[in-house]
Amino acid sequence: MTTEPNTAPKMTARGVNVFYGDKQAIDDVSIDVYRDHVTAFIGPSGCGKSTFLRTLNRMNDTVAGARVTGDIRLDGEDIYAPEMDVVQLRARVGMVFQKPNPFPKSIFDNVAYGPKIHGLATSKSELEGIVESALTRAGLWGEVKDRLQDSGTALSGGQQQRLCIARAIAVDPETVLMDEPCSALDPIATAKIEELIHELRGRYAIVIVTHNMQQAARVSQRTAFFHLGKIVEYGATTDIFTNPREERTKDYITGRYG
Amino acid sequence: MNNAPASPPVGAAASVESRWASPEMRARIRRRYGAERRFKAVGLIAVLMSVGFLAFLLGTMAWSGLSGFSQTRVALPVDFRGSGLSIDASSMTKAEAMAALNQQGLGDLLQLSATSAYGAQGESYFGTAAKESAAAAIYDDPSMLQRQVELVLPATSPIDVAAKGEGDAASEAAVARLEAADKLSSGLDTTFLSSADATDPTVAGIWGALKGSLLTMLVTLALAFPVGVLAAVYLEEYAPKNRLTDIIEVSINNLAAVPSIIFGLLALALFINAFGLCQGSPLVGGLTLALMTMPVIVIAGRNAIKAVPPSIRDAALGVGASRVQVVFHHVLPLALPGILTGTIIGMARALGETAPLLLVGMRAFVGGTPDGLCSSATVLPMQIFLWSDEVDRGFVENTSTAIIVLLIVLLSMNAAAIILRNRFEKRW
Repeated sequence: MTTEPNTAPKMTARGVNVFYGDKQAIDDVSIDVYRDHVTAFIGPSGCGKSTFLRTLNRMNDTVAGARVTGDIRLDGEDIYAPEMDVVQLRARVGMVFQKPNPFPKSIFDNVAYGPKIHGLATSKSELEGIVESALTRAGLWGEVKDRLQDSGTALSGGQQQRLCIARAIAVDPETVLMDEPCSALDPIATAKIEELIHELRGRYAIVIVTHNMQQAARVSQRTAFFHLGKIVEYGATTDIFTNPREERTKDYITGRYG
Repeated sequence: MNNAPASPPVGAAASVESRWASPEMRARIRRRYGAERRFKAVGLIAVLMSVGFLAFLLGTMAWSGLSGFSQTRVALPVDFRGSGLSIDASSMTKAEAMAALNQQGLGDLLQLSATSAYGAQGESYFGTAAKESAAAAIYDDPSMLQRQVELVLPATSPIDVAAKGEGDAASEAAVARLEAADKLSSGLDTTFLSSADATDPTVAGIWGALKGSLLTMLVTLALAFPVGVLAAVYLEEYAPKNRLTDIIEVSINNLAAVPSIIFGLLALALFINAFGLCQGSPLVGGLTLALMTMPVIVIAGRNAIKAVPPSIRDAALGVGASRVQVVFHHVLPLALPGILTGTIIGMARALGETAPLLLVGMRAFVGGTPDGLCSSATVLPMQIFLWSDEVDRGFVENTSTAIIVLLIVLLSMNAAAIILRNRFEKRW
């Protein structure tokens, strides 16, 4: 496994600051995200990793009083440029949330919703194909193929989260952002999601926020350690965990604070 | 293990036990149970009281009002031979035939037959309702004009009231005589359900006011529902959170609390004086009530929209839905049950409203059924108010019966809301 990327970054952030009203949540963060790698954001609670993640698909736009400065690019395109269509951006940069949040609709409709609103399918059979392949990639097809019309909210927590992943990848995004996707799940469901992340790697650039350092070590190739709204250290996961350059990183990953 | 280290835990356990078993602790537990019992009893009394009031209301209304749905009828032998009455049922409409019969002296013939059958006071047994009923019978079967027949005709109000046990002495005596002669009967009062207000309580009916109410509600719903829901969606989903929005929010909340008669004044100034819309019509009444209902729907709608979990919005935005798509595909369908409940509450309040309608001219005596949004009309609560002012005992009964009709309309509206709500909840 290569730890140093050899391709151009999928997303770049330079000098990003985020303010909630007067309070600065993110302070001068710069980072590159690569397509072939899973990038993990670790750090103590309230350090700004989720906030930063949400700037990558402009979900912070919906928060009243939130303000973002700096430069964030997707394939060299400035995503905060006025001509950027935020709706399309969110289809290209999909998101999986902390708490599984399927729509209170059928399993099929949950996955089909994105392709439908973006007009990705021209016929019913094509739509069914998209739903099947998304559910297959999310490792859920075998479990739900006989009950696609059941409500998505009737699934177990782990299945719901995989349904949410299927929903995100059904619109064929370029990047998938995951905001602590396993924090509400039991260890078995967590293992399944991690396995899924392995399988999705390479097809999408994946950014995952996690509290669980073992998880970061298991699933990611690159890790950024956030503290107090800044990136303390960013590099190959193996380096961060075995040979951290910064004292604070070392203290955090060895459990001395956090 | 020896006994020495085991003894302190035993001692500790004993002290703990004694603390939990002390008299103060027991008293505290007793007080706690007592408080719970008292609270349960008070709550139960409150529930029983409200159920009792409701039962009392429905009971008294049913007691005094249900008899209004029935009508006392008196049999009357009539000999049409030689009366000179004639109609052409094939070419005349019912109304034309009835007018023709009136003109040809049907009334006089009935009075004559009444006197010959029941003596001088027989005249007072039959009135307008009897004449209309007889004319209708003749129209249905014109061949009876060549025969002697016994018609069963609605009695006048004093006889009707006496037959139901509340009349004056003279009428009571007349009823007793008729009963003895087996000439008295009763049946469903179709006139009450199919005609409009009239000066004679046996002819007066509720249909005019009911139709007026339905037309008024239609206008109210058509205006207040879309405007209220859209305002709620805009305020909740789009409006920037600033001073202006706060002012609008406070104004709407205050508007919902404004006494309804003030809406009447506003409507009088706006719709009638400024716009010159038709006075006393369901259109103006409906617009007035829409003003009153709208804030209720906005408030209920906002609460329902607020209750939709933000995670659903995030999820939809996260797959690239636009704001409008989020609202119409996810938020509104989930908020709809709540919005519908609020709408029904607002509409029910509007249905029972009288005060603002007094001011826009819906107080007048309307002797006909409204046939459009712009014809003069009255509404159910207004009809109840007008009838309750009448002296004739027949109207007292009509008042109670009209209240029952109003309650039935209200209950069916609520039932419709519940059915709609359940359907939408099932789909989601």
